[in-house]
Amino acid sequence: MLGLFTKPLYLSAIATVCLLFTGCDGSPWNSPYSVADAQRPVLYSSFSERPNHLDPARSYSSNEYAFIAQIYEPPLQYHFLKRPYTLVPLAAEAMPEVSYIDKRGQQLPTDAPVEKIAFSEYLVRIQPGIKYQPHPMFARLEDGTLRYHDLTEKQLDRVHTLTDLSETGSRELTAADYLYQIKRLAFPRFHCPIAGVMGEYIVGFKAYSDQLKQVEQQLQNELGEERPYVDLRDYEMEGLELVDNYSYKIRLKGKYPQFLYWMAMPFFAPMPWEADHFYAQPGLRVRNIKLDWFPVGTGPFMLSENNPNLRMVLERNPNFHGERYPYDGEPEDYVAGLLDDADRVMPFIEKAIYSLEKETIPYWNKFLQGYYDTSGISSDSFDQAVLFDAQGEVGLADAMKEKGIHLTTAVQTSIGYFGFNMRDPVVGGGSESARLLRRAISIAVDYEEFISIFANGRGVVAQGPIPLGIFGAKSGKEGINRYVYEQVNGKIKRRSLNEAKQLMVQAGYPEGRDQKTGKSLVLYYDAVATGPDDKARMNWWRKQFTKLGIQLVVRNTDYNRFQEKMRKGTGQLFSWGWNADYPDPENFLFLLYGPNAKADGEGENAANYTNPEFDELFMRMKNMDNSPQRLRIIDRMVEILRSDAPWLWGYYPKAFSLHHHWYHNVKPNLMANNTLKYKRIEPEARTMQQSQWNRPVLWPVITLAVLFLLSLIPAWILFRRRERSRLQ
Amino acid sequence: MMAYIIRRILYAIPILIGVNIITFMLFFVVNSPEDMARMNLGMKRITPEAIQQWKEERGYDKPTLYNEAKEGIERVTDTIFFQKSLKLFQFDFGSSDSGRDIGYDISQRMWPSLAIALPVLIVGLALNITFALLIAFFRATYIDFWGVVTCVIMMSISSLFYIIGGQYLVGKLLHLVPISGYDTGLASLKFLILPVIIGIIGGIGAGTRWYRTLFLEEINRDYVRTARAKGLSEQWVLFGHVFKNALIPILTGVVAVLPLLFMGSLITESFFGIPGLGSYTIDAINNQDFAIVRSMVFLGSVLYIIGLIMTDISYTIVDPRVRLQ
Repeated sequence: MLGLFTKPLYLSAIATVCLLFTGCDGSPWNSPYSVADAQRPVLYSSFSERPNHLDPARSYSSNEYAFIAQIYEPPLQYHFLKRPYTLVPLAAEAMPEVSYIDKRGQQLPTDAPVEKIAFSEYLVRIQPGIKYQPHPMFARLEDGTLRYHDLTEKQLDRVHTLTDLSETGSRELTAADYLYQIKRLAFPRFHCPIAGVMGEYIVGFKAYSDQLKQVEQQLQNELGEERPYVDLRDYEMEGLELVDNYSYKIRLKGKYPQFLYWMAMPFFAPMPWEADHFYAQPGLRVRNIKLDWFPVGTGPFMLSENNPNLRMVLERNPNFHGERYPYDGEPEDYVAGLLDDADRVMPFIEKAIYSLEKETIPYWNKFLQGYYDTSGISSDSFDQAVLFDAQGEVGLADAMKEKGIHLTTAVQTSIGYFGFNMRDPVVGGGSESARLLRRAISIAVDYEEFISIFANGRGVVAQGPIPLGIFGAKSGKEGINRYVYEQVNGKIKRRSLNEAKQLMVQAGYPEGRDQKTGKSLVLYYDAVATGPDDKARMNWWRKQFTKLGIQLVVRNTDYNRFQEKMRKGTGQLFSWGWNADYPDPENFLFLLYGPNAKADGEGENAANYTNPEFDELFMRMKNMDNSPQRLRIIDRMVEILRSDAPWLWGYYPKAFSLHHHWYHNVKPNLMANNTLKYKRIEPEARTMQQSQWNRPVLWPVITLAVLFLLSLIPAWILFRRRERSRLQ
Repeated sequence: MMAYIIRRILYAIPILIGVNIITFMLFFVVNSPEDMARMNLGMKRITPEAIQQWKEERGYDKPTLYNEAKEGIERVTDTIFFQKSLKLFQFDFGSSDSGRDIGYDISQRMWPSLAIALPVLIVGLALNITFALLIAFFRATYIDFWGVVTCVIMMSISSLFYIIGGQYLVGKLLHLVPISGYDTGLASLKFLILPVIIGIIGGIGAGTRWYRTLFLEEINRDYVRTARAKGLSEQWVLFGHVFKNALIPILTGVVAVLPLLFMGSLITESFFGIPGLGSYTIDAINNQDFAIVRSMVFLGSVLYIIGLIMTDISYTIVDPRVRLQ
């Protein structure tokens, strides 16, 4: 029988088995990656949700920024190591020069009072010599015309993806590209999420937006096209000025120091006009080749593979202008080896492969096998990875330490809060009774317990709306909310339940009963609780309110309906959260600014809280530079909020992340998104560990096969016996 | 037969319209166009103007089923339902709400689904039939008893358990294949082994029991008794006669599911990170992308109807007594 196997057949069989397992080259059988990359500085990571937008004018979520922040270069960025978060130039040569102008057009000194400032002008100088990544949109014919900007259907016949356009080109970045992108932010077609905010500040932004809407309408009527190409260079925005090839000016209404933070976000990254012109071709649009899907930038990486159903690959941009690793940081950064690469040219890795990983179990197991360099910790694997000692200090489990895995933690610049609808007749409003009721609930709801049970201890109880690490936030005894906490023997302690019950009596609800009607106080919690774990959480909330004799009714709904209730202001109690856009107290305090009430017009003040003094202070504070005076105002604002208690302040989530010992330069930076360039990998160490951890174990398979064969013996005996009995 | 097929295709039209209406109603009961806009535009700093513009651009600013503002036929035609559904009947799926061409995405994503579903079907069928024949051969012995008990146990276990257990055992403990992932071309093979094996094992319990029942039903028929009376060996009776006749319900059952193989498996694709049509549908539901949801439901319905028609045709092929009229 074996003789039937000719040599070529035999060899091809072996080749097929090798191909199946790709283990013949010495790489582990279960490696999900190409062998070619094994010895190269390639970073392996994952993403769980496909990004919706990669156009910097549209993108606004962290899973999108993970990619585009490595590709696009706005003028500014956050210093990788310094804390508190500090802005430094990225594509800009230096920090923008800010000048102030009064109503008459006269220059004002930099310390001019806010009320005198009619306009602020930001002069940005970019570094000369920066070039875009290689891209077909820049390819030119010999006569200088753009090669792929007028593609015919015949030329597009074999084009399925961008790489099918084989020739690429590049050009130098100019200041005009930055202005072009700001114009794009105003173009209604792009649905820029910050168009509303920018419209309030950039001079001429709204008018430009209206103008473009009309132009588009006109072109639609004339050309009969749904999305006609509009050349934004033909229309000027009043507040933008091109100074020269490498400098531009943006004029803002009034003073708005937070504008610098916006300039560190991809919204303000440069966009070459060629991009819109190239991607506007209908033949490319129907092939899903569009700017929202195929970005083009000047950053350290470029998107070389875009298959969000499977994998996204960032590769080093060969035209990258080079940037050096920071040489200064915090004292502990030296100890942690975070300055070992100081002044070296970045990026350190050649390629970053992000694989789609929707489920946490395979993702976690692949991290443990060494196939992902870094990992978050899901609640399923938390106990396996992290231990808390008797003092509540966080540490790694022994199994993780043995593998050389490291843990980093950081308090996030976010808040998860529990809100009262201030327009509700029972819990809302400025009456003393409602205020005392809210304060009583604030004491009774034990957020320490909540964090311990439902967040695996990954959080810090909030004392106010401003997360730690942001100007205006105070930690320790100085920062406690005295309405909820007190100091006992030098320790911070939640006020007793008796105090909360006393407040309930003062509020007119002794033992949780309305003393006017004698009826039990029933409150309604609008929650999005659809998962299996949510039941326990809802029971916990009921228990917290029962401490005061209040009956809590959970009105469970989906997120759409929940949002609708919030917009209409019909909810009573709710939980929500906020993630900082930038590290400024204004970005949190505006969540409680009266005119931002959600029920009035889609603002972010979901509690619909209004307090004239707070609102007045907010207007004064928001445009001030950080200073002792600003701090005093913030302190007063926080005090008003604590007294009024429109939220239970909830907690600031803590991010836990793990990484292997071959992955370097890890320091959580919750504001910066462009941190891939700082990362360094030791591929040799990784390959060695992967081989050690993933040796194929064959004996169970062989045993199983033998057992299966053995189990056939009784069947064979039975068969023979039956055959013999039939013959007899 | 041609007339029968044409008639069945014509019957399919009202069914597809009905499916469309139900999908439409169910989707819009849970999600309003405004919710869809919010999901697409992001959750932060969204203005009512941006929402309105998003709706206008995609035609979601129209009334859902009946447009009172219009006159005549436009009361029906100038609605979201009509505008979005009519093109489906021309198999023009249009663009997703996020702007991607659905037809292109389907053409890309059906192959990974098929790469799992087809081997699972073929190998699974061969294994199930083999096991069922063996059990039927050893009927009324301890092999039959324990075989059936094992089948019942196997069919009682959730498919999720097979997936997680398989990933843990084969991928994590034994390190034989990648736990999850996918690649293109030949490189995809090592990623397909585990989901295919799990798919096969997961189906053995139910499949073997079902086919055993079919075989046992045949075994008790008169022609089998006659064959035995003629002195044919039990193997010949089983493989030569029983197997052949039991193939009729097996084949027709298989033909019915053939077109649906393209649609993929929701759980398997999600756990193994396989970019097939199953995960495409789930993602669309999570992202409230009505354009994809309605296209996938429509495609599923069409394929199901094709499957049923093919089943009817296959009856006439495998059983000459059956005539389609």
